Amino acid sequence: MVEYLGNQFRCSRSRPQVSDAAVGALGNRGEVMEKSTWTTRVGLAQMLKGGVIMDVVTPEQARIAEEAGAVAVMALERVPADIRAQGGVARMSDPELILAIKAAVTIPVMAKARIGHFVEAQVLEALGIDYIDESEVLTPADEEHHINKHKFKIPFVCGCKNIGEGLRRITEGAAMLRTKGEAGTGNVVEAVRHARAVNSELRRLQSLDEDELFVYAKNIQASYELVKQVAAAGRLPVVNFAAGGIATPADAALMMQLGVDGVFVGSGIFKSGDPAKRARAIVEATTHFNDPEIIARVSKSLGEPMVGIEISKIPAEQLMAQRGW
Amino acid sequence: MTVGVLALQGDFREHSAILRQLGADPLEVRLPRQLASVNHLIIPGGESTTIGRLLALYGMLEPLRARAGRDLAVWGTCAGAILLAREILDQKQGGQPTLSVMDITVRRNAYGGQLNSFELPIDAPAFGEGPLHGVFIRAPLIEAVGQGVEVLARLPDGAIIAARQGRLLATTFHPELTADARVHRYFLEL
Repeated sequence: MVEYLGNQFRCSRSRPQVSDAAVGALGNRGEVMEKSTWTTRVGLAQMLKGGVIMDVVTPEQARIAEEAGAVAVMALERVPADIRAQGGVARMSDPELILAIKAAVTIPVMAKARIGHFVEAQVLEALGIDYIDESEVLTPADEEHHINKHKFKIPFVCGCKNIGEGLRRITEGAAMLRTKGEAGTGNVVEAVRHARAVNSELRRLQSLDEDELFVYAKNIQASYELVKQVAAAGRLPVVNFAAGGIATPADAALMMQLGVDGVFVGSGIFKSGDPAKRARAIVEATTHFNDPEIIARVSKSLGEPMVGIEISKIPAEQLMAQRGW
Repeated sequence: MTVGVLALQGDFREHSAILRQLGADPLEVRLPRQLASVNHLIIPGGESTTIGRLLALYGMLEPLRARAGRDLAVWGTCAGAILLAREILDQKQGGQPTLSVMDITVRRNAYGGQLNSFELPIDAPAFGEGPLHGVFIRAPLIEAVGQGVEVLARLPDGAIIAARQGRLLATTFHPELTADARVHRYFLEL
């Protein structure tokens, strides 16, 4: 259960008791040490704020991302644009690839598990990476249930199109949210739609009285307690990044000005003409998102961007943002 | 007194919120001209490789080195402590841009990855009575301190987690993620 205490949210259900193993692993650092708490899971996402998380498919790309100033990398076998183009079932990446990417960099490493595929998540946790993305980019493994993320020590990020979806994921234990956008399209329109939806619902939530909050919670299919706490705080209890279709420095700055805490760039970097240069430019534009002169300077001569796709040209059954419930 | 929070990347808003509770009006610092107008600066938690790269790219390493500890008090939390350190262990391949102003040796990700992040009450009388709530996230460790560096807090096993050298303060944990403003108050008095 997530509780709002003054200026902090606390999640009691995911605060494990201290095990002997946890104490032993760090020597005798006291009997009151707690590992993998809600605060540390949400906290890592807080440390990523204002930064860019980049999809990479090789250790070499991970090094390019780290050199460019990425705050984390998402280790994948195929970027979303290729998953979209090649079709078929998209699964968790080969653990050997994930470990090779982990060995190449010092920044946090994330990897994707299929929606509802809790064994892929167990495998990723066993690899000792830093975050799992329960992602609609992969083919869902369960069309009803998401992963019960409270059962894990590793933190999860999940996508959402609106506040109800975001709060359902938090109730399941997600410690970080992102917009779904429409991954692998190079088209930012869906990420904008999702970020605006979350913002406007947050504003509306704060204007409701207690009686109305019950109905609101019912309508968005989220827990009343959590809705009440979010209304009181005026913000989500976890960090919310933009993802899905971000391809240019201006796209990244647009999302930041819309109020997200940071950005994921999937296919947008390594499907472009000059990935290192574009990666650096997107990092700078994310930091200086309110400074059009800097965004103009870093946007010059970046080479070919990734080829974009009109959302309306994608068959409905291939829309990734519709996956998840 | 003008307090700045380095806002290149990381949890700078959390620091600003606590500073506001203490009555300060913090300035977000992203460019040299903003840096020039502050005399206290917090370098927040985040990724030291990212913040270091942006400090170098936007011409702030040299002005910071020239002023840090003199007319500019600097407090680094986690990534910030790494950036202050004279020596950094476990840097990224090829090394990383750093301020190198405080006589401490810091090891990055000293406890391992995110699965080893932890919380622990800390005894630190320098910051006032009663334990601090220590939040350690992929935390670094201060492995050695030079002469003239005062150790302010240790873990029960002796590991150094807070140190001060004149007007430079380093903590490997995150007071900005708690409701306790004691370390911020301490810093404003440096």
